[in-house]
Amino acid sequence: MTELASGGTRHRLSAVLHRRPGLRLGLLISPPMLWLGAAYLGALGALFVTALWAQDSFTGETVREWNLDNFRLMWESEVYRRIALRTLGIAALVTLVDIVIAFPIALYMAKVASPRLQRFLVIAVLTPLWASYLVKAYAWRIMLSEDGLVADVGGFLGLDTPGYGLAATVITLSYLWLPYMILPIYAGLERLPGSMLEASTDLGARTTHTLRRVVLPTVFPAVVAGSIFTFSLSLGDYITVEIVGGANQMLGNVVYDNVGAANNLPFAAAVATIPVVIMLVYLAAARRTGALDDV
Amino acid sequence: MSHRSPRLTKIAAACAALTLVAACGTSDDGDDGGGSTGAGGFTAPDLPMMEELGEGEGEVNILAWPGYAEDGSTDPNVDWVTPFEEETGCEVSVKYFGTSDEAVNLMKSGEYDVVSASGDASLRLIAAGDVEPVNTDLIPNYADVYDFLKERDWNSVDGQMYGVPHGYGANLLMYRTDVVDPAPTSWGAVFDEDSPYAGKITAYDSPIYIADAALYLMKTQPDLGIEHPYALDEEQLAAAVDLLKTQREMISEYWSDYLKEVQAFNTGDSVIGTTWQVIANVAQAEGAPVEAILPEEGATGWSDTWMVAADSENKNCAYLWMNHIVSPEANAAVAEWFGESPANPKACDLASKGHCETFHAGEEDYAEQIWYWTTPVEQCLDGREDVTCTDYGDWTQAWTEIKG
Repeated sequence: MTELASGGTRHRLSAVLHRRPGLRLGLLISPPMLWLGAAYLGALGALFVTALWAQDSFTGETVREWNLDNFRLMWESEVYRRIALRTLGIAALVTLVDIVIAFPIALYMAKVASPRLQRFLVIAVLTPLWASYLVKAYAWRIMLSEDGLVADVGGFLGLDTPGYGLAATVITLSYLWLPYMILPIYAGLERLPGSMLEASTDLGARTTHTLRRVVLPTVFPAVVAGSIFTFSLSLGDYITVEIVGGANQMLGNVVYDNVGAANNLPFAAAVATIPVVIMLVYLAAARRTGALDDV
Repeated sequence: MSHRSPRLTKIAAACAALTLVAACGTSDDGDDGGGSTGAGGFTAPDLPMMEELGEGEGEVNILAWPGYAEDGSTDPNVDWVTPFEEETGCEVSVKYFGTSDEAVNLMKSGEYDVVSASGDASLRLIAAGDVEPVNTDLIPNYADVYDFLKERDWNSVDGQMYGVPHGYGANLLMYRTDVVDPAPTSWGAVFDEDSPYAGKITAYDSPIYIADAALYLMKTQPDLGIEHPYALDEEQLAAAVDLLKTQREMISEYWSDYLKEVQAFNTGDSVIGTTWQVIANVAQAEGAPVEAILPEEGATGWSDTWMVAADSENKNCAYLWMNHIVSPEANAAVAEWFGESPANPKACDLASKGHCETFHAGEEDYAEQIWYWTTPVEQCLDGREDVTCTDYGDWTQAWTEIKG
């Protein structure tokens, strides 16, 4: 009797779902939509709303008075413009460095390496991602210090360690995000048929010409896809610059200092809108190159 | 394109709705019972204090300066937490913070029962209602504490104590003895332009460090009229900011994590800068050739107070901890480890020979020479009525500008 009953309920349920494709769809996408809508977009919404409030500087309490003071302060103060431009510059530089390093590696992995070596190289590229971010950043801190590895090796070439500063920040961030650049480019190059390269050679093109006219245009969307990772991750980063950046600060540090130390949440929220706006513009541009179609 | 417009409109409407929900749903940070703020003086919220001590709750969450609550994990011989746990049954968990700003912010989370607050945090905590008045009758060891540490500006309001004094000390100038020659005697070693150690100077990463620059200006540029390094009007603050911007060019890195400074001095990335005695001790223990001195201009410092969180669920254990930390044994141990003067004179009998002399324990006139961390407020702390002084919000903004 119970079996028939449960069978009956299941049967009825499946019948309802069969008749109502909209309900099916709704049930399927509601968990991820809830995550996207409430958790992600809702959090962003709360952030923007907080940016319009103020803070009592003595007690640190957030005061819900609507005002644009935070944005005005950011706009008028030269230091925040400078920090924003510096952050943008670091993110762009890290992206460029990673493209230059990742491209030959990805090209070798996709086109030259044997299948066994290819698998091994993919694992080798992914392995650093298993190590903790902090471990890697502190490793670079030790390497870049006065008596660290870079100073020792550089001593042979007559150079010295760049020490802690913007150069160190770019080096460390490039190292951290390199796998995120290698893999999309590798995937893009894999999709490039080997026959195209052969055809290009048959038509008389030399290697550089083939690279420039055949490989690069095809792989450009993949490069842009990889750059989204390195650019956005560098834009918001605040830990690396604290560890190896010496006395410098990036946008993330201003947000961190205001959320953590100063507890000026409204101002931190206002500063946090800058990277969000930059990334929206960047993503809109990236979409036009077709990079997001193949990701 | 036309079929996309209704969808876009719906998405925009959904975003607007979410923003509205977020605006209503975001809760205000804490709710204090009517403390007034603004112009300098403030009214402490009316919070009740404990009338009698009950049984320990079994745990206590401590928010402390590094080195204040050692349980043997840094150095097996340095441990005053385990004896406390055994005696009272209160299981201790410690969280360290690097600056007073962090402490004030962490206390708002409500996760900590007792905090070691310096003078630049204590009044803000009181004003925000995050800490409550302390009933010193419930703390037997409080009676022994030096009188000049009781009922001071930073730990009491209208004669009501808000905590138990922990001890006091100065921010010192640390340098690598093998690199810095001749040995420095003045803060000018880190402030003067064309320092031979440019690029290897370190400083404390907190807006309160502006007071160090103000102290230096107080002694070297008397016509600025600075009487109190925490009472700076616009012009005096601008002078201090200029000095710090000059210094910024010579800075290797700012520190708030004390282990970062230890490591920087070990490798030689920093060779001179502001420090705490405990940092010099740890660096020396690791083999770095460093010395820490009190320069001739005097120094800023701290006089810390243990305070009880108003919303704590473990107040009995909190009181037991406060009693323990000012007991002669524990107070001597922490004063030696951190490198500060104890609050309890009986600790001097237990501390190693000469410790109390080195740190001028009990010397009221020496203690008065240290400019303890205090929150700068609009109402000038030096008593001037004709000008408005800059407050901590101004200092925080100035600090971001200095770091650049």
